Amino acid sequence: MLPTPSQTVGPFYGYALPFPGGGEIAPAGHRDTVAVHGRVLDGAGEAIPDALLEVWQPAPDGSRTGAPGSLRRDPVTGGFAGRDGVTFTGFGRVATDADGHYSLRTLAPGGVPYLSVCLFARGLLHHLFTRIYLPGADLAADPLLASLEPGRRGTLLAAEEAPGTYRFDLRLQGPEETVFLDFN
Amino acid sequence: MPPTQQSISEEIAREHEAYARAGSVRHHPDRGYAPYRSSLLRHPRQPLVAVRDPEAVELSGPAFGVTDVTELDGDLTRRHTGEPLGERIVVTGRVLDRAGRPVRGQLVEIWQANASGRYAHQRDQHPAPLDPNFTGAGRQLTDDQGTYRFTTVKPGAYPWRNHTNAWRPAHIHFSLFGTAFTQRLVTQMYFPGDPLLPYDPILQSVTDDAARARLVATYDHDLSVPEQSLGYRWDIVLDGPAATWIEEGR
Ligand SMILES: [Fe+3]
Repeated sequence: MLPTPSQTVGPFYGYALPFPGGGEIAPAGHRDTVAVHGRVLDGAGEAIPDALLEVWQPAPDGSRTGAPGSLRRDPVTGGFAGRDGVTFTGFGRVATDADGHYSLRTLAPGGVPYLSVCLFARGLLHHLFTRIYLPGADLAADPLLASLEPGRRGTLLAAEEAPGTYRFDLRLQGPEETVFLDFN
Repeated sequence: MPPTQQSISEEIAREHEAYARAGSVRHHPDRGYAPYRSSLLRHPRQPLVAVRDPEAVELSGPAFGVTDVTELDGDLTRRHTGEPLGERIVVTGRVLDRAGRPVRGQLVEIWQANASGRYAHQRDQHPAPLDPNFTGAGRQLTDDQGTYRFTTVKPGAYPWRNHTNAWRPAHIHFSLFGTAFTQRLVTQMYFPGDPLLPYDPILQSVTDDAARARLVATYDHDLSVPEQSLGYRWDIVLDGPAATWIEEGR
């Protein structure tokens, strides 16, 4: 069957798609929590204040089954109840702020340590996929990283700013344009 | 000076001609489609890097369940104490993969303007009235046949600043998940017979005529509820690598 075409997320998704705790993928207070943050920038280097990032990743043990409960709802009020604080769903969703900044708190995935990112924005007619690679010994064996020239490879590597805190900017265009991925 | 509708329409026509001349089929918009001006600084210029790794994490995807939705989330007319203004509609259809198999138990989210063409969003400054009884966001899990069903009001057209006298045709935004993250889709559903469809650079960014037609719902009289609401049917087919829809059992 032929696919339904993509259309931009537009500027007004903010009351529909983001949810409280969307970037809190790690169970509350987990001692192995890592923070990943950065900015989303356009071809002029300006902040994109209306981008939406989704993250999908394996659990620390490498399992990829995920779990429901990212958007847990309160059946009494009809509002969001928040995650249950225990389950690791592997899914996060955050909108950028007025400065184009996002932040996530998660657990490092098992296997090759990368977070899969799907990026949406006003002005972007079809989402973009990329990956946030966290530092780790396994990176040398990763076929995607190995296939990239060193200059572009760096755009997929998160930088450790402090123990457990990583920086990752996304540049949609320009000389340091992030590597975006095609799976079809 | 913002461009006129006429110059944008000429650009749209040139893009269609260039697509037809190229002679290959493209189902999705070109991210660099210039008549949609916001795309100019927001699309990559480097080619996408192909990933053919059968171990890629993106070939799996997030799971959703009964705790992620409430029963009322499918009825956008019942979220406030009063009744929203506007024409009641039911929008339903099936979410399928490219092999035609239903996508079961996955999350479908929608958002839309109210009947006057205004979003419940602070940045929407269109001077059409907000409706205290309509927010315009809904979500649902698909059933075993891949079916979703929303009750809502027909959204109004609204102006935007892409060019002078730019108006978005009435549309409902849809967000969909498949069984793999690679099947992720955000799109918009349009209404049949809307006179604004040819003028809109966002819809026209899909330069393939047949693909563009797949974004327009069908009016279905059998779905209309007597004395209550009109019915529209819109099926959605999720794209993704062949591995997710040719190989059984993935
Ligand atoms: Fe819209």
